[in-house]
Amino acid sequence: MLDRYDNNSVSLSATDLYCERDDRVLFESLSFAVGNGDLLQLAGPNGAGKTTLLRLLAGLNREYEGDVSWQGEALQDVFAEYAACRLYLGHLAGIKRALTPIENLRWLVSPWQAEAGIDDEQLWQALEQVELGGYEETPCNQLSAGQQRRVGLARLDVIPAPLWILDEPFTALDVYGVEWLEQRILQHINRNGAVIITSHHALQNIPSLQRLDLGALMANRRGGAA
Amino acid sequence: MSLVTATIRRDLLLAARNPGEWLNPLMFFLMVVALFPLAVDPDPKFLARIAGGVIWVAALLATLLSLDALYKADVDDGTLEQWLASGESLYLLALGKALVHWLCSGLPLTIMAPVLGLMMALPNDAYWAMLLSLLIGTPILSLLGSVGAALTAGVRSGGLLLSLLILPMYVPVLIFAASAVYHAGLGMTYNGQIGFLGAMLALAVCLTPFAAAAALKLNLSR
Amino acid sequence: MWQWLVRLYHRLGSPKWFYELTSGWIFWLALVSVIGTVIGLTLGLLYAPADYLQGNSFRIIYIHVPAAIVAQSGFVMMAVAGAVFLIWRMKMAAWVARAIAPIGASMCLISLFTGAIWGKPTWGTWWVWDARLTSMLMLLFLYFGVMALQRAIESEEASHKAGAILSLVGLVNIPIIKYSVEWWNTLHQPATLKLTEKPSMAPDMLWPLLIMIVTTYVFFALLVILRTRNEILWQERKRSWVQQLPEMAGGKR
Repeated sequence: MLDRYDNNSVSLSATDLYCERDDRVLFESLSFAVGNGDLLQLAGPNGAGKTTLLRLLAGLNREYEGDVSWQGEALQDVFAEYAACRLYLGHLAGIKRALTPIENLRWLVSPWQAEAGIDDEQLWQALEQVELGGYEETPCNQLSAGQQRRVGLARLDVIPAPLWILDEPFTALDVYGVEWLEQRILQHINRNGAVIITSHHALQNIPSLQRLDLGALMANRRGGAA
Repeated sequence: MSLVTATIRRDLLLAARNPGEWLNPLMFFLMVVALFPLAVDPDPKFLARIAGGVIWVAALLATLLSLDALYKADVDDGTLEQWLASGESLYLLALGKALVHWLCSGLPLTIMAPVLGLMMALPNDAYWAMLLSLLIGTPILSLLGSVGAALTAGVRSGGLLLSLLILPMYVPVLIFAASAVYHAGLGMTYNGQIGFLGAMLALAVCLTPFAAAAALKLNLSR
Repeated sequence: MWQWLVRLYHRLGSPKWFYELTSGWIFWLALVSVIGTVIGLTLGLLYAPADYLQGNSFRIIYIHVPAAIVAQSGFVMMAVAGAVFLIWRMKMAAWVARAIAPIGASMCLISLFTGAIWGKPTWGTWWVWDARLTSMLMLLFLYFGVMALQRAIESEEASHKAGAILSLVGLVNIPIIKYSVEWWNTLHQPATLKLTEKPSMAPDMLWPLLIMIVTTYVFFALLVILRTRNEILWQERKRSWVQQLPEMAGGKR
């Protein structure tokens, strides 16, 4: 239903990133780039700074040194364009429990709605896709945790953003949900999109997978320095 | 539909689903006003003197009560993160949130105030002044209060703290609004007071959303 | 000139530089505070003529007015330091802002307390809703708010920023509050005798007051510097330059 993304529509690069939290260095001289068709998985033990780095890349965290650029320009300078091209799914999805899945989804896609011409029909279909068919009008507080997660994930089917930034998207999903999401990510990569993800889940079926292990990275640095 | 209008719509929808959130402060408003004749003196002459002040103090407290929840849920459920990620103007969002807050607190307070005026033996000449002062004054309460709500959204038991931060800033509104009602009751003009309230509202619309936007960002870096 | 400013800025941002610079100041600031207080109060209490209306009770002015002035400018300084922190992310500015808050609040309390003592002989009661006293009370509330907010937020960075934002909002509000309180006061039969409402003071009365105002500023600076130095030591306690300080030797295991 959606076309392939153009080449060079994704060009996110990080140069010489340095970030510390409470006097502890999370990562330093970290450089990498993400382009079309890339899948980057941030790995590492708890507290290694995966979420910090992910939010930094999403443009939410500005407490760092180094450069992050989008299409060759500093992220903060082109933030509006960047925001339109990347879909950020945080640890918390922004779901209001008193509202129904369809009402929540309408709000979640609102920044893209006018430009991408998203209509309600697409939203109903997306909910169907994440197996919330029949629950569209049930308030979210009557849904399970996994079902509430799916409301947030339903966005992936609707929003035409080439770059996805997903924080632990597999949390609370059942086997079918995990399978669906893996398929969805694979499909996105095949359509020339790009995905940056933090997950303890092993993403094996995707050939272009790159892993960035923050724990190992810092351990090497420390080992090298000693 | 942009994120700002979508948020306004969604918050109004939420208010419709959870009427307690805006009804409870209204009942509080009613009860606080009812305490004054009981505690002080039910003599209509005396009540008429203090009516404007009492109604305004109660309105102010009722507003504070509902402000606590303004940003708290948005911080807790990830809504704030989505706002910041969207790259849309936080100024407009903060303004929109204050508008929703006013629609759910200041506006119903204003509509309910004449009933309280009857209970408090408010002089007949003072009703228009009371309505006008509430109509212009309560948006200032919402706007200033939204700064405090944004500052304390990530703090546990932030409600009391919010009152500490914001009450001193409400003093000018209280002074001019209560004085407008009082002077109207004496048959004097109150244009000056209303004019001053209007000026404060203009200033609050221009400045407070910036402060609220800056404060909102703090809740993210937890 | 510009380069000099940039260098000054970088230096001001360095806690170590500030600490070393002010080490030599403390003695002199303390000395000026003591001498100024002795001279100012001696002149004010012993040599200035008694007021023709209020008699000797007016002499509390030599504490009341300097405390009130410093409390007000303290809030401005706190807000400016907060703004510097928000705009240029200079940590030192945040520490200075935090150092000012309780000192400014104390000055506020002193001026309210002396105002009450002054009120007793002047108005026959401890508290009158006088415009200036009411404004000072509101200022005290604003100080309390900033301090409470700074205490309540766990994250150090966020608590500094929140305090800065609140003090800036407060700064915009102070003139409005002051004006509204003064206006309100004129409506409700103001106290016939206003504290410190003197169009022209006799020079004998004025000089000690000026001395006391300057001295209180110096004393305020001394307290702020001491508190900031404390904060620097705490924040930089893991850095080697702090651990090598002679005054830290006693604390070492």
